[in-house]
Amino acid sequence: MIRYLKSLAAAAALAGIVVGMAAAKPLSYELPEETAVFKPGPGVEAAENNCVACHSADYITTQPPGMGRSFWEAEVHKMIAAYRAPIDDDDAKAVIDYLAATY
Amino acid sequence: MATAAQTVTLPFANGERPLVTYPGKRALIGLTSRPPQLETPFSVFNEGILTPNDAFFVRYHLADIPLEIDPSAFRLEVTGKVATPLSLSLDELKTRFEAVEFVAVHQCSGNSRGFFDPRVGGGQAGNGLMGNARWKGVALKSVLEKAGIAGGAAEVSFSGLDGPVIPETPRFAKSLKLAHALDGEVMLAYQMNGEDLPWLNGFPLRLVVPGYFGTYWVKHLNQITVRDTPLDNFWMSTAYRIPDNDCACVPAGTRPEKTVPIGRFAVRSFLTNLLEGAAVSAGKQVPLRGVAFDGGSGIARVELSADGGKSFMPAALGEDLGSYSFREWTANVTLPAGTHALMVRATNVLGQSQPMQASWNPSGYMRSAVETTHVVAG
Repeated sequence: MIRYLKSLAAAAALAGIVVGMAAAKPLSYELPEETAVFKPGPGVEAAENNCVACHSADYITTQPPGMGRSFWEAEVHKMIAAYRAPIDDDDAKAVIDYLAATY
Repeated sequence: MATAAQTVTLPFANGERPLVTYPGKRALIGLTSRPPQLETPFSVFNEGILTPNDAFFVRYHLADIPLEIDPSAFRLEVTGKVATPLSLSLDELKTRFEAVEFVAVHQCSGNSRGFFDPRVGGGQAGNGLMGNARWKGVALKSVLEKAGIAGGAAEVSFSGLDGPVIPETPRFAKSLKLAHALDGEVMLAYQMNGEDLPWLNGFPLRLVVPGYFGTYWVKHLNQITVRDTPLDNFWMSTAYRIPDNDCACVPAGTRPEKTVPIGRFAVRSFLTNLLEGAAVSAGKQVPLRGVAFDGGSGIARVELSADGGKSFMPAALGEDLGSYSFREWTANVTLPAGTHALMVRATNVLGQSQPMQASWNPSGYMRSAVETTHVVAG
């Protein structure tokens, strides 16, 4: 039955006929423009270069204030170990320095 | 939409958030933008027992979310330890299987994380990463039985159209034990509150696991795999785990020795018609209402305290929309002039209730303490 429906749909598509309730074209979704930015601070470029490829800056800027260096170290290492973010050791240290000093 | 953003301030440090409007959604509390995470403003929960689709919260993990979907080309693949792999179109799901429908609360594991004290990392949400909707779809059991479970099957795993930005990042996938997947309640939902699923809530198909935290409710669901081994990925083995004890808690600031995957909701209840700091009339009857829910046994009773928890009085329960739904409650209080701490506490059919003091765990999951709303009578 599935095969029959598929071949019917294919034949109908070839003939340019709209089948049943099936949408004629893909639906699309447009995300609003991204506006979140990092707080200025020494080393902000390290965060801009290493974090925002995968997520917006608000993942960082909304965290509780004053969590301390060990918190940010753990977060950056989670990004590398669990999410496989390609951040080398020097960049990781620069990102941690910036995050620990700024948030 | 990106101009002169209005903001709201959630009641914890660094709680200022923009109000953002996405296609198909009203203005919601913007937690993150890529991937989008949107919190429902709490006032919405006083609009009705069902949470409107355009106000329902949004939570993604990885930023490559689908921005183009052809509903006629969409297929749900059912593979793995099955007798007959399936590739089902939406029309086939809707016409070849019996439709099922129920009302159920959906809640993020980290709902209310911003209230953890001491604070913990993760999405810093208020109480708006929850919602209650009427879901319609087909029972997962029906589809699995159509495919035929093969010998040795132990779990069923689920993944969707959303993916990671870089291929090295583990794709979001979750699993349920086989018996749970076959319980007849877990649903492949294509409708929410009588309409197609909103895009950001998993269009065109999502898993609905009633009574269980949202991490299992895989969105844009297009792959079901019956497995003979436990799914051992970051999302099951590292993330979304809670301390292995009755309170899912540890002393603040410590780490659990043993963890288990997060499961059912704990009991929660909220006052919805008065928000923190609200002004009410002194010496006159003040009507109160709100919602309560649990992991599926149903709410047996709701009690209200107007004296900061020293004494509690029963509230009346509203219409029963099913044991997985929000249950409305109402009560009246008359307050002398001054500031008063209103507290609401629910108890479920199993006799489980809410602790007066919030418990703690390092991931900020499962907040379920008695909530307090201060009002000023004058």
